[in-house]
Amino acid sequence: MATLNEHIVSSYEEELTNLAKLIFEMGGMVEVAVSSATRALLKLDHGLARQTIEADKAIDEMQKRIDEIAVSMIARRQPMATDLRAIITSIHVANDLERVGDMAKTISRRALQIDGLSLAPKFYNGVKHMADLILRQLKAALDAYATRNAAAAVEVCNADDEIDALYTSLFRELLTYMMEDPRNITQCTHLLFCSKSLERVGDHATNIAEHAYYLETGRQIGTAPDQHRVQVKE
Amino acid sequence: MSLESAAIATASVSRSNAPSKMTGEDVCVFYGAKQALFDVNLKIEQFNVTSLIGPSGCGKSTFLRSLNRMNDTIEGCRVTGKINLDEDDIYDPSIDVVELRARVGMVFQKPNPFPKSIYENVAYGPRIHGIARNKADLDEIVHSSLRRAGLWNEVKDRLLEPGTGLSGGQQQRLCIARAIATKPEVLLMDEPCSALDPIATAVIEELIDELRENFTIVIVTHSMQQAARVSQKTAFFHLGKLIEEGKTEDIFTNPRNRQTQDYITGRIG
Ligand SMILES: Nc1ncnc2c1ncn2[C@@H]1O[C@H](COP(=O)(O)OP(=O)(O)O)[C@@H](O)[C@H]1O
Ligand SMILES: [Mg+2]
Repeated sequence: MATLNEHIVSSYEEELTNLAKLIFEMGGMVEVAVSSATRALLKLDHGLARQTIEADKAIDEMQKRIDEIAVSMIARRQPMATDLRAIITSIHVANDLERVGDMAKTISRRALQIDGLSLAPKFYNGVKHMADLILRQLKAALDAYATRNAAAAVEVCNADDEIDALYTSLFRELLTYMMEDPRNITQCTHLLFCSKSLERVGDHATNIAEHAYYLETGRQIGTAPDQHRVQVKE
Repeated sequence: MSLESAAIATASVSRSNAPSKMTGEDVCVFYGAKQALFDVNLKIEQFNVTSLIGPSGCGKSTFLRSLNRMNDTIEGCRVTGKINLDEDDIYDPSIDVVELRARVGMVFQKPNPFPKSIYENVAYGPRIHGIARNKADLDEIVHSSLRRAGLWNEVKDRLLEPGTGLSGGQQQRLCIARAIATKPEVLLMDEPCSALDPIATAVIEELIDELRENFTIVIVTHSMQQAARVSQKTAFFHLGKLIEEGKTEDIFTNPRNRQTQDYITGRIG
């Protein structure tokens, strides 16, 4: 995480700082979207669900804005080395964040389709646990990106296995409830799709961590024979 | 290829494991008492383009000139260390400097055609080096050199007109034709595009990529984008020292050295 000297051209420096700020801001918007969407689902809060769907427009706008700024900087500045990586990865990260925003929207739409006042507590817990874990991953990935921390990025990637395992067990659990009582099928099917969406948020968090690793090191993250992610040694 | 390396993709990939055509070992250059280069160790790979970059006055031209002993022509200039062209130590007393400069040709920053016809500009070298056996031979060398320099179509109907009447970009290609007419093995270019407009520059860059089929090229350039576009290897100099060298795409996407990084990204070092 070497600190960088300032650019000779100060407006270039400002543009890079601004780009990093926008990514940070967009990350915040997306974290709110995911946490609101899961809350809307778990509490069957239709008002919050509608609000989250509406808020996705601003996330889409933000992605377009970051794209435009990045493209314009490439055209005008001909960035090199770490600057080039910062600009290119901001395009990638904004793209992943936009997809996460879509997942939050999908979950909110499902929340609107579930009738009733509350979820059965036994349905609630598994999804809640998974959502908490996902939000932690997303935050850790965005932090690794903002602080250019390669070691933290590797950690995020490796923690994704935990989410995949959790998803598989949640899938089985929900399936069991459906088999126990066919009246559970509607709610559980919605929850099943929502947990799939959450699992995909986890994949995007992993992508963001991979971009963070590349940003800092200029290399793609390594994979050990046991499939664990590792830092690539010089 | 990652998005990033595609964004500054070099003209074509480096020939892997290319043998070295020239090697500099512990090269030091002095102008009188002032030392301009300090212990430079650099291999120039055959049939690749190597670009030399770095701030003004860091010794790029000095190093380039030491590769064909152009420094000999500068009063008070002294070179130590060893420079080989293939197996030959080019500073060995037995080396014929004129012959060396036919093997290691040079193109300068400002196009400098002789005040003679286009034909004579190209024919001059082969004639003094006795490369052509007869007039037909010489014609053939002039034609093929102009063709290789990408100038043939533009000048074929006016070979006897003065070279100085051509546009800047054409004059530079004429100088390249002149340099390759002696069938050199290595071509040295010192900021060959700095006096040219962007179109003429693009034509020369395209030409450089074609020329590396047959020549080993070393180019000094102030434009990092140009280095990124035309070369497979890049060497960064700073205050007379070689700081970092390597594959061009590595130097421009992920330099190892802090000074290189500061220079290529335009930071205050
Ligand atoms: N003919 C010369 N006589 C004395 N000093 C020279 C001469 N040519 C270059 N130098 C000095 O050597 C250093 C390197 O110069 P040069 O090789 O021209 O740098 P670059 O090509 O990287 O701009 C500079 O400090 C320059 O002043
Ligand atoms: Mg120079």
